[in-house]
Amino acid sequence: MTNNGFEPKIVAFLCNWCAYTGADLAGTSRIQYPPNVRIIRMMCSGSVDPVYVIKALLDGADGVLIGGCHPGDCHYLEGNYKARRRMAILKSTLGQMGLDPERVWLRWISASEGQVFADTVAEMVESLKEKGPNPLRETWGV
Amino acid sequence: MSIKATLNVRDGDMLGTLRRFLADLLGQGFVDALLVPLEGSQGEGIAPALVTDPSQLERANPVAPAMPINAARLVAALTKGEPGARIGAVLRPCEIRALIELVKLNQAHLEPLTIIGVDCLGTYEVTDYVELVQAGGHPTAELLAQAPEGAPTPLDGAQFRAACQMCEFPLPTHADISIGLLGVEVGWEILVEMPEDMAEGLGLTPTEGDRSQEVVDKLIAARIGKRDAVFAEVEERIKDLPGLLAQFATCIRCHNCTVACPVCYCKECLFRTPTFDHESDQYLRWAERKGAIRMPVDTLLFQLTRMNHMAVACVGCGMCESACPSDLPLTAIFRAVGSRVQALFDYLPGRSLEEELPLTAFKEEEFVELGGH
Repeated sequence: MTNNGFEPKIVAFLCNWCAYTGADLAGTSRIQYPPNVRIIRMMCSGSVDPVYVIKALLDGADGVLIGGCHPGDCHYLEGNYKARRRMAILKSTLGQMGLDPERVWLRWISASEGQVFADTVAEMVESLKEKGPNPLRETWGV
Repeated sequence: MSIKATLNVRDGDMLGTLRRFLADLLGQGFVDALLVPLEGSQGEGIAPALVTDPSQLERANPVAPAMPINAARLVAALTKGEPGARIGAVLRPCEIRALIELVKLNQAHLEPLTIIGVDCLGTYEVTDYVELVQAGGHPTAELLAQAPEGAPTPLDGAQFRAACQMCEFPLPTHADISIGLLGVEVGWEILVEMPEDMAEGLGLTPTEGDRSQEVVDKLIAARIGKRDAVFAEVEERIKDLPGLLAQFATCIRCHNCTVACPVCYCKECLFRTPTFDHESDQYLRWAERKGAIRMPVDTLLFQLTRMNHMAVACVGCGMCESACPSDLPLTAIFRAVGSRVQALFDYLPGRSLEEELPLTAFKEEEFVELGGH
């Protein structure tokens, strides 16, 4: 489905040690990926409070990507496991509140996985294009 | 060793019997102070008080069907540090469950505490309770009279709080002393369960008798029926964006729910910092983008964030809703959302001191599908 040239906006919260470095590697390796992503560097995926994700969604971001180290590889040992629990809660509450939990992605991307980062963004852009724009962006009551 | 004993009620005066029991506990030094609701002398309702003089207990009402605050917050204030005394706290089941969460959050301690748990038959909004009393009604006595049959119904024209109508936890847990009313032949005896030496010291005789489990089970089943109906209703109301917005449309982000919530414990809440004092021109930019923005802003952000932070620990006491000036149906929403979120971790707030708080623990092999690939 094409959506009249709709280009989704993705806010990405990437952990400093893995996902952000992976994104950096994608850049320095000149791997092409869609320019739809706005990256915010966090020290750890475990420090992504749900409020950041909800704020992005309510303000109209079409998707939110949280990137962290692979399980077992967290620089702070267990931050990504805690992030995963928070995301489980977040997705459950979003779903129950009539909002689309599939606009929020959690992905493990290591510092050496520049290609994985690029592929993840491409995949997410495709998925969001199918969904269409986030309806909250135009909703005055939010 | 805990034993069961009965308090013999003289002249049908239930409240007097309970008052004498509490006065004995305090007077004989089993506790140095008692946290218990006291009745106002002008029929103005009840307020929790920390009592050190047994004579003050003439106005105590440990079973008043009104709940101005979840007293777990007060117990936290009394036990976060070292009170230097043994404190007896008369608590409802939902207050004890909140207290258990606070203990796990290191906001309260059980060591200086003797928990005196009472069966809860339901509570009115404080304003309704005051109205009933001032109109000459006897909400406490009326309710106590219904305890043996276990189908408490509110006085004419009044309603129990939304939380109480769907509460499936009428009996106290984790109590050092339990005061049993439900399914007990109130009017001639009150069932207490307490340490043997304490019962001996108070001159109470052990009993072989017990409450009717059938009565308790029937009440719990009725409450669960109501709860599930409410959950289904919530699901129906919030099935899309307009439904969600309608639920929170009148939130003014006053944070009363946060203040009233017994387990919302942060000393500095993000939502009460200047983070959300936006620049004046920012509001204009938002309004121009959407054509209109609802003000005050960030109300839905607040509600959804609070839900994410707290639903996993929500004990369902409903104080948020009682405190809400806009009468948002917060109890139903938080209980419905909470039950699903808690189920993710097989966690029930207030059930156990041993069960780890979901947000401080993890398992390596769980929610694996969330990470993709």
